[in-house]
Amino acid sequence: MAITAPINQQAVDEDAFVYSKNTVWRRFRKHKLAMAGAIVLLCMIVIAVFAWKFAPFDPNAIDNVHWQGNPLPPCFQDAGQCGGHLLGSDENGRDLLSRLMYGAQISLTVGVAAVVMELIIGTLLGAVAGYYGGWVDYVMMRITDVFLSIPLLPLLLTLTAIVAASSSKASLGFGVIVVIIGALSWPGVARLVRASYLSLREREYTEAAKALGNGDTRIMLRHLLPNAIAPIIVQATLDVANVIVLESTLSFLGFGIQPPTASWGNMLANAESNLEVAWWAAVFPGLCILITVLAINYIGDGLRDALDPNMR
Amino acid sequence: MKQLWRRPKGGPRPLFTYVVRRTLQAIPLLILISLILFVILHNAPGGGLGPYLQNPHITAADIARLKHNLGYDKPIVVQYFLWLGHVITGDFGYSTSNSEPVFNAIVERLPATLELMISSFVLAFIIGVSAGLFAAVRPYSIWDYFITTFAFFGQSMPVFWFALMMQLAFAVHGIPLPGGYMIQLPSAGISSSDTFAFGDRATHLILPAIVLALLQVALYSRFMRSSMLEVIKTDYMRTAWAKGLNFRTVLFKHGLKNALIPLVTVTALTLPGLFGGAIVTETIFAWPGEGRLFFNALGQQDIALMMGYLVFNAFLVVFFNLFADVAYAWLDPRVKYD
Repeated sequence: MAITAPINQQAVDEDAFVYSKNTVWRRFRKHKLAMAGAIVLLCMIVIAVFAWKFAPFDPNAIDNVHWQGNPLPPCFQDAGQCGGHLLGSDENGRDLLSRLMYGAQISLTVGVAAVVMELIIGTLLGAVAGYYGGWVDYVMMRITDVFLSIPLLPLLLTLTAIVAASSSKASLGFGVIVVIIGALSWPGVARLVRASYLSLREREYTEAAKALGNGDTRIMLRHLLPNAIAPIIVQATLDVANVIVLESTLSFLGFGIQPPTASWGNMLANAESNLEVAWWAAVFPGLCILITVLAINYIGDGLRDALDPNMR
Repeated sequence: MKQLWRRPKGGPRPLFTYVVRRTLQAIPLLILISLILFVILHNAPGGGLGPYLQNPHITAADIARLKHNLGYDKPIVVQYFLWLGHVITGDFGYSTSNSEPVFNAIVERLPATLELMISSFVLAFIIGVSAGLFAAVRPYSIWDYFITTFAFFGQSMPVFWFALMMQLAFAVHGIPLPGGYMIQLPSAGISSSDTFAFGDRATHLILPAIVLALLQVALYSRFMRSSMLEVIKTDYMRTAWAKGLNFRTVLFKHGLKNALIPLVTVTALTLPGLFGGAIVTETIFAWPGEGRLFFNALGQQDIALMMGYLVFNAFLVVFFNLFADVAYAWLDPRVKYD
């Protein structure tokens, strides 16, 4: 007894090393850049949620008092001309800072919502393909191949252009963008889930669960999913960053969120033509995208190290 | 001495049969892709007749006649196979936004796109590989941190914003140099005049090539670093050091050569993606290439051109995937064919 006890203890510890939330958090905390990313992202979320309270102006209101056709400069550049707009105004005399705050709502919610949709589709298809194998797997992976072989940005643009043509550009609302991005970006997740399920279904605990008379659905969701979750979480985090860039690209090109609703992408669409007179309208929205995406990417990096050091 | 690893005499060569099998697998994939794209595009409102429907000079009778002549009154699957039959003979339909056959429109824009893609690729490959190599040789040094951080920035940077910032810095304001000189680059177009002048073309190329190269530099340097770190740990590298070979021979002849093998795959998988990524770059810099052609077609419901561009793009992805696998199998004899 005296000899076996420490060995058992060690085995328990090793399991705990992988699964305990505390260990994951401890390892994540060591990744300084990931922690910095988490703090930055938290600030962004707070700003987005409380935009109605923080924003100094109505994001869509035109400042008729100060604005006379030219974008108002930021206060730190020209305190006399700025009219109280800390980061200046856009070419329509709307407060840039307030629009940035409301734009954060769009970017973050599109990112999270599209990834949730991608996760549901991708996990479902990948789990079924990996668990059943055989012809089910073959058919599903060929479908995945099809979606992976069509470059994402041109396909997204095509679909949004079709939606815009079928009713009007104004119909390209938040929901449409989320559905289109989510419906097209699942193949990566599906492949990941399939790969883990292919190996997990051969494990003894799966056999044990089967022998106990559990149904396939229950095994897939209750027994296999928790063991396959680590790479999915990492992929989902990185995908939130990707979706934010995709949404802003679509909006910049005029096939995403439509004005007057502020999104970081469509704020830059008009900034391009005013590059010579209003550098601030081009710099700040992009800086917001870069900082947010960078923060999320570092969080993803930290999660990868924390959840499974062997995953790289 | 009997060599066990030789293939039996007269048997098929594994690499050759592998290539043939993969090519045969690619054909149904491409057919399925084009079928799905065809159904999506032709279910768009107005289908291929969209541009005509907006023209007030075309009557309902004209529309009906056009619909019949272009075959749009047939079932969609029949239309698809008609399209496929034409495509095999090189006929991708007629582009309404350019008033010329789609095939000609795409071929005309190819040189400009290739000019941009190849120059950005060469730039990115040289910088990316050297940076990754440098970071791997001195891991966890200040330079390594600098390079990996830069790579992270490059991957997170929204391409269109980077393009705007480059325009702002180099085209709108210009970068002043000591001695009263100024770096000022053109912000748009492929050239200032129709007559070819090398200097003029080169200055127009700099900004879009840098913008398109950024993401690639980030990717290549990251992959090069991890691949080289792997190689440095191997036994044959240690043997090379132990033999007393000099630094350069070990690093370049034994190290770099092997570390580049995985990079072949990464490169082959990245290149077709560049084609789609060029939509943003070409639109912002008014570059007369494929991406801008497609973007203009989008706004004008030019279904035939969108279809041609997307299929061409998908073909590139499938082809480069195949190329990557074959090249890898050829370069690394340890790979099994399955």
